[in-house]
Amino acid sequence: MPPVTRIEVGTRPGYRDSLGTSVARRIREHLGLQAGRVRTRDVFLVEADLSAEEARAVAAEFAGPVVRQGAVGRLDDGPFDVAVSVGFKPGVTDPVAKSARVAIEDLLGRPLGEGSQVYTGRLYLLDGVSEAEAGRIARALLANEVIERVSVQSYDQWKASPPDLSVPRVVEHASRPVETVSLERSDDALLALSRERLLALTLEEMRALRDFYRASGGDPARRAAGLGPDPTDVELECLAQTWSEHCKHKIMNATVTYQEDGRPAEEIRSIFKTYIRGTTEAVDAAIRAREGKSWLVSVFHDNAGVIEATDRWHLVYKVETHNSPSALDPYGGAITGIVGVNRDPFGTGMGSDLLANTWGYCFGPPGWDGELPPGLLHPRRIRDGVHAGVIDGGNQSGIPYGRGWEIFDDRFLGKPLVYCGTVGRMPVTVDGAPGEVKRARPGDRIVMVGGRIGKDGIHGATFSSAELTEESPVQAVQIGDPITQKMMFDFLLEARDRGLYSAITDNGAGGLSSSVGEMAKQPGGARLDLSRAPLKYQGLAPWEILVSEAQERMTLSVPPEKLPALLELAHLREVEATDLGAFTADPVLQVEHGGRVVARIPMTFLHDGDPEMRVDAVWTPPARPSIPLAPAPSAAEGNALVAAFLARDNLRSAESLERTYDHEVKGLTVVKPWIGAHRDVPADAAVFQVAHDGSTTGYALAEAVFPTYSDADAHAMAQAGVDLALRRVLAAGARLDRVALLDNYCWPDPLPGARNPDAAHKAAQLVRASRGLSESCRAHGTPLVSGKDSMKNDAVVGGRRISIPPTLLVSAIAVVRDVRRALTLEAGRAGTLLYAVGETADELGCTEWAAHRGVAGGGVPRCRPALFHSWYEKVAAAVASGLVAAAHAPGRGGLARSLFLLARASGLGLEADLSRLPGPAGLTWEARLFSESAGRLLLGVEPERAAALEAALTGVPHARIGSWREGGRLRVTAAGAPFVDEDVALLARAWKREGGRP
Amino acid sequence: MKPVRVLIPVGFGLNCEDETARAFRMVGAEVDLVHLTDLFARRHPRRIADYQVLGMVGGFAYGDHVAGGLVLATRIRAHLKADLAAFLAGGGRVLGICNGFQTLTRLGLLPGPESGPPDFVPTATLTQNERLGYRDAWVRVAPDPRSPCVWTRGLGILDLPSRHGEGRFVATSDEALRRLDASGRLPLRYVDADGRPTEAWPDNPNGSALGIAGVCDGSGRILGLMPHPDAFLYPWHHPDWPRRRAEIEAREPGGLAIFRAGVEAV
Repeated sequence: MPPVTRIEVGTRPGYRDSLGTSVARRIREHLGLQAGRVRTRDVFLVEADLSAEEARAVAAEFAGPVVRQGAVGRLDDGPFDVAVSVGFKPGVTDPVAKSARVAIEDLLGRPLGEGSQVYTGRLYLLDGVSEAEAGRIARALLANEVIERVSVQSYDQWKASPPDLSVPRVVEHASRPVETVSLERSDDALLALSRERLLALTLEEMRALRDFYRASGGDPARRAAGLGPDPTDVELECLAQTWSEHCKHKIMNATVTYQEDGRPAEEIRSIFKTYIRGTTEAVDAAIRAREGKSWLVSVFHDNAGVIEATDRWHLVYKVETHNSPSALDPYGGAITGIVGVNRDPFGTGMGSDLLANTWGYCFGPPGWDGELPPGLLHPRRIRDGVHAGVIDGGNQSGIPYGRGWEIFDDRFLGKPLVYCGTVGRMPVTVDGAPGEVKRARPGDRIVMVGGRIGKDGIHGATFSSAELTEESPVQAVQIGDPITQKMMFDFLLEARDRGLYSAITDNGAGGLSSSVGEMAKQPGGARLDLSRAPLKYQGLAPWEILVSEAQERMTLSVPPEKLPALLELAHLREVEATDLGAFTADPVLQVEHGGRVVARIPMTFLHDGDPEMRVDAVWTPPARPSIPLAPAPSAAEGNALVAAFLARDNLRSAESLERTYDHEVKGLTVVKPWIGAHRDVPADAAVFQVAHDGSTTGYALAEAVFPTYSDADAHAMAQAGVDLALRRVLAAGARLDRVALLDNYCWPDPLPGARNPDAAHKAAQLVRASRGLSESCRAHGTPLVSGKDSMKNDAVVGGRRISIPPTLLVSAIAVVRDVRRALTLEAGRAGTLLYAVGETADELGCTEWAAHRGVAGGGVPRCRPALFHSWYEKVAAAVASGLVAAAHAPGRGGLARSLFLLARASGLGLEADLSRLPGPAGLTWEARLFSESAGRLLLGVEPERAAALEAALTGVPHARIGSWREGGRLRVTAAGAPFVDEDVALLARAWKREGGRP
Repeated sequence: MKPVRVLIPVGFGLNCEDETARAFRMVGAEVDLVHLTDLFARRHPRRIADYQVLGMVGGFAYGDHVAGGLVLATRIRAHLKADLAAFLAGGGRVLGICNGFQTLTRLGLLPGPESGPPDFVPTATLTQNERLGYRDAWVRVAPDPRSPCVWTRGLGILDLPSRHGEGRFVATSDEALRRLDASGRLPLRYVDADGRPTEAWPDNPNGSALGIAGVCDGSGRILGLMPHPDAFLYPWHHPDWPRRRAEIEAREPGGLAIFRAGVEAV
């Protein structure tokens, strides 16, 4: 091994160490310790033959001329109390080290050579804390021991020891041989095998495997290939990945027996086919009947959904979750989530350029001070890490975010939900043919592009298909590297536009086994040689190479005559591309290692061999006693009450945090995430242009999610999501007849087990949510173009099971005819009239207000999709005729929050009389202010257009309830009695938690 | 008149090339987007000196690892120093936006020597924002009318989005900073609501002394700035557009104005 040179870079005395200052603040605020000064050092360990002069040159270059200083060995600028050193564990992705190596090589004008490595770490020099306190600081703030190693040294120890030159080199073993595994064993032993190898397969599936090998293990072609009757470990792992819940969606495709109180049982043959694909097919047929053709371009069979947008571009959208990895390593899990979902639109059809990201998180309360079971990270830590990961992933990739949201509930302590989405644009035509059609043919080469393969992410797909335990494997954690991916994407777009490949897909869950296995369906089969795959380090068993989920990789199908040009371009662009084999017409996935066949699986068995699952679902509606009415507040009490309500975790403004996400890169952003006179009000929807090509066609993004509504009925939960997502894009001025939806289910495990007594109820919730979703989509004509499900969102820690509430995220993407006519909730001037459209009912159950009062029960907000849709059509027509100046869709927090937002965004005051609200008679003050009734919009209208608007809304419940005023006060009354009469700026202070939480 | 030719190097994590190319084209320039590896390998048919303008775009070259612009600057110095020197000796103009500004600073092209040709010796740095972390928010900048900078000539106060985590400009000494100021080499300042240069957050997003948002070289032909003129090309980019549409549409978008000034400069 070459020697190791240590280089430290830190802040020069007299300049501010911004990171150190920030760490010191977090030590005080999060841990309540009175730490003194914190100094930080970036540490580079260069394992290479460097001369002393070269090492000094690197230190000087990394430091730069003014603020920072570098040193070879230690950078010593005086005593401290404790040093905390943090570095990666062996094999963890270290993108900074990768870039640093490039810089060193160009600086020195020579390559560092094979066997050389660069590693990075960080050193914190703390004043005013004890060693024990420093240890606590290290574990709670500075390092995650899942992926990092930490050492804590007192100043004296540090002084007495030489500079630390230890590096996290992966200990390389000889490649492990392929094993065969007999399946001729008892049921118990089959299950034990599934468990021990982390296959996450059920007994039925293990039996199906056994029966298959029993029947076909002696197949002559198999024997000719040198394989015995028993499966190899490569075959077993490949099948387990392909059959995993994560890849196969077995629960959504199961036959469900659904039973509802007192009614005969029904059989549902696949929730997915019945309620999702069936819905989209019906909507597609309706579009074709109405328009003569459909604007759905590609749905369900590819990595993301595709819809028409302009003559040149289609829109592509996918939303994913990355929950389990984010629970273990919030930063790594989340950055992998965002850069991972980037590859879905990128790998759809012939490939897409990426336009915008979306994200949404469900966390435990950040201020949680209750018991935290061992094995779980504090929700604040998870939250900080997840944000940092998605921020780095999005910003470094140059993709703006359009939508972001957070919801907090105790039940997300066990497993956070981390949704990440990406919108892309696909050329309508690629190389003379439709951009959405892949063209892999027999004989095309299988080319893997991007990062190298390591042990990171082995068993990610099967891991996410299991509940989280204290022993969850660390190798399931990957860390995304956005720069490696960005360089790969730049190269691939060039290759696409030069026609150098015939198909593309991403390497995500299941790694090569999934990407090659999926892509091989088109030509027939594939022959893959794992010994050609570039590895990060030696010692991977063939099965590990096949299923590793090491990040930043795409798989291409490349016509043989284009291969030299593709490889040359890759080399030039400093992107690794490797020919791993060929697609064939033979319907078999054959995997080789060197000269030897290590797996040979018929494609039909690989993709269709898993037994159908059966699920029992029993629906017993939970009792919902009505909520006792709270006494009406005086105006002064009302002001305090609304201020406290607005400051709730689920309603407060997170603007300053979210500004750390770029939302304007690419220069296509029209309606930004934070808008209004103070630029701190969340927009109903984000609006973007599609391209800088002179067209002003755009698209709107919005979403909605109501996990708590599942406490009453997941049917209501799902429909409320569709309804609000749709109202939001409508309020942005999008076309109502060009709205596509994505469904992302995150569920607690609906399969029975010893530790899961209410599985049948959870399964029934799944049925009810899917029915609700389907009914809404049919009524609104909104196809479901893409989706995903995550079914094991439970944590069993210390014997306690924490299950999330069933959560369906509904994401909308809608075409905007002309972005110059996009709407927001801002009124341009005082005197603008405020209209309420739709009905307000006594629907306080499961709402934010119910949570604020701490009351259970009450009626959950319900949708009447067909009726609502007739209203939305009239609103959309009024918007299209230019009658509407501002629009907003009330959601969580009801009108109390909405009216405040309307006033704040406009920089004006607002008066509203809620006794005029359309709806049933006898509404309580609470319902008027806080009900989250669906189907409602608030519209701002210039007085001269009021009559025309009212005419346009004939047949739709609507009322003029107030107007924007000069003066900056929010005044909300009902029949003369004021509920709120407060300075908007004062409410905003509470809402932004300036000066602490009220 | 022949259109001005603009070279925009791309790759390695730069990411604002589309909107920057659009901006140059909107003001009549002809733009070539060329991958840096093609420039390094001399595979591009033109030399840098064949262009009048070099656009160093924003992004995250090499993830801003080690420090913003550092790795890219190291590579450019290793592979393109002579080409750049020839381009600058021929009167070439350079616009460096955000990551491009960081790279030009690391290369020593900004602020550059007090006189004479570029010496590629860095004498200033763009370091971490005083409030640690990236921030995307619009700011207001005012040009210094005394400045020789061709990119800000004739401009008034501009609104632009600011999107960075390492934008605090620090010179080697207060004296060096005073000399830069006196010679008009600090052509853009963050200003407050009253139009006065400010060091206070959030009007000044990074805490730069004197409100420095942009720096130019002695010739005035090289400008580096942290805010993104490439993201204010259309009136609807402006955050107040929904409420002040008529007023905003009455003026050329501020970002475009910078590109126009630099491209039309003679």
